[in-house]
Amino acid sequence: MGSEAVGVSLSKKAQSDEARGVALDAYARVPGFYTLFRTELVLAARRRSDIVNPLLFFVTVLAMMPLGIGPEPEMLSRMAPGLIWVMALLATLLSQESLFRGDYEDGSLEQLALQPQPLYFPVLAKVLVHWLVTGVPLALLSPLLGMMLNLGAEGYWPLFVSLVLGTASLSLIGAVGAALTVALRRPGLLLALIIMPLYVPVLIFGTGTVQAALDGYSFGPQLAVLGAILAVAAALAPLASAGAIRISLEN
Amino acid sequence: MSWQWFHRLGSPRWFYQKSSAWLPWLGGAALLLLSVGIVWGLGFAPEDFKQGNSYRIIYIHVPAAFLALAGYYIMAISGAIGLIWKMKLSFVVMRAAAPIGAALTFIALFTGAVWGKPTWGTYWVWDARITSMLILFFLYLGVMALSGAFSREQSGDKASALLALVGTVNIPIIYKSVDWWFTLHQPATLKLTEASTIDPSMFYPLITMIAGFYLFYAWVLTLHTRTMILQREGRTQWVRELLGAPAPTKA
Amino acid sequence: MQFQFDSLASFFAMNGHGPYVWASYGMVVLVLVVLAVTPVLRQRKLRREFQQQLRQEEARRRAAAARSASQRTAEAVE
Repeated sequence: MGSEAVGVSLSKKAQSDEARGVALDAYARVPGFYTLFRTELVLAARRRSDIVNPLLFFVTVLAMMPLGIGPEPEMLSRMAPGLIWVMALLATLLSQESLFRGDYEDGSLEQLALQPQPLYFPVLAKVLVHWLVTGVPLALLSPLLGMMLNLGAEGYWPLFVSLVLGTASLSLIGAVGAALTVALRRPGLLLALIIMPLYVPVLIFGTGTVQAALDGYSFGPQLAVLGAILAVAAALAPLASAGAIRISLEN
Repeated sequence: MSWQWFHRLGSPRWFYQKSSAWLPWLGGAALLLLSVGIVWGLGFAPEDFKQGNSYRIIYIHVPAAFLALAGYYIMAISGAIGLIWKMKLSFVVMRAAAPIGAALTFIALFTGAVWGKPTWGTYWVWDARITSMLILFFLYLGVMALSGAFSREQSGDKASALLALVGTVNIPIIYKSVDWWFTLHQPATLKLTEASTIDPSMFYPLITMIAGFYLFYAWVLTLHTRTMILQREGRTQWVRELLGAPAPTKA
Repeated sequence: MQFQFDSLASFFAMNGHGPYVWASYGMVVLVLVVLAVTPVLRQRKLRREFQQQLRQEEARRRAAAARSASQRTAEAVE
């Protein structure tokens, strides 16, 4: 239900954006971006399990952590930012495998690639939807997990903001890996192997944001770096994914 | 300017024939420099007054670390040349460079860990440089795993070349962020700053070893490339003749 | 420049740091040798496989030639 509400408000926003787009030159408009974005969002809302499973994974594994390392509140609160961030990394990665898979298998990815327009915008639309259905819910859920892991009160807001910014970068970077491995039969572990090292900066600055806030410093610089990473990733990652999709389609 | 040499360079056959003349020189020079450097470093360089004899590991650790990083760029650049100019040879070089680079990264990690025991009292420290090396090792493993995962050779070539390129964009970011992360968490008991000045009597053997490692790298890369050329071009006439098949007779 | 150790034994002991230094150098030599030897071994294997393949092709060609020859004699007899 919640996801449908999100979908409605977003499609309204998309319509107003489209109305603005009509005023522009036909070529300046991003062709097919909004249509694809809306379709993807509807599809994602229909496949509930794709949204819910990463979240369940996130919560379940985090619930295992105190069982593994002990229930001492001080230790848990020290480890909380790192644990939550690593779990967000894994949850994003696991859900990323299916990013292009369905489209690859039913041939619509090939149709997209055959269009005269660059693949950049279709990829960006898909990644945006992926982020809306995994990254944003993860960030929304993070205060609950922070509470379970005894996170300090001043850490909640930085955790949420850093997760919102960071998971968008994770979705973008992971899309490159998903596009590279879409033609393989069992990409799961390989995807983790090739993408995990690329996640390192996001992880460092994500946990750094929360840690700075917990230590009583300003966390603006770390957030700024996360934003810079997101800007670079948004510019380059869809390009790399588009190239990777073309390579995969040749296979 | 004539581009003929450039296109000739793309032909595996031309490379195979030319490189057989280089091989003995490269191999001989590498062996000479490496053996001189090892004897010099182990026996004739003076003992370090602070670290004792364990500092002699520097003569293999630093050159290996240099080449581990340079090797990644060599791999990524040859992959990029392959993607842009569709050159067969450069993909072969890229694939040959991956295991060599991984082996050198492993050497740097291993010697760093063994050096750490007498110096810091522990084998593994999450020091910025060691951590970056470890991530570099994972990047190499990712490229190797991806290139081997495709059943069609050309797809594996292109996909791993793209991944290597994405890694190149990320390496400076990863290095910087790991550096920042380490200064944040640096334990006060470990002072890892090295003396910036090094006595010439210790420096000359180091230079010798670095030059030796570079030559060795060039030699081994040529050897691996030649082997892979034979493997890939096994059906062509020139390889068949090279391997001892009779020239085709007009039937 | 002179040899820094009094004896070969002290050279191996390295003032107590021997195990670390020699383990590192040993590992490096091992890895470098493996790097240099694997392509040579693989080339040898490729050559061997190719020779075998050549022999098979040769045998097949000879068999085909013999078959066609015997066929021709059979036709001639008829």
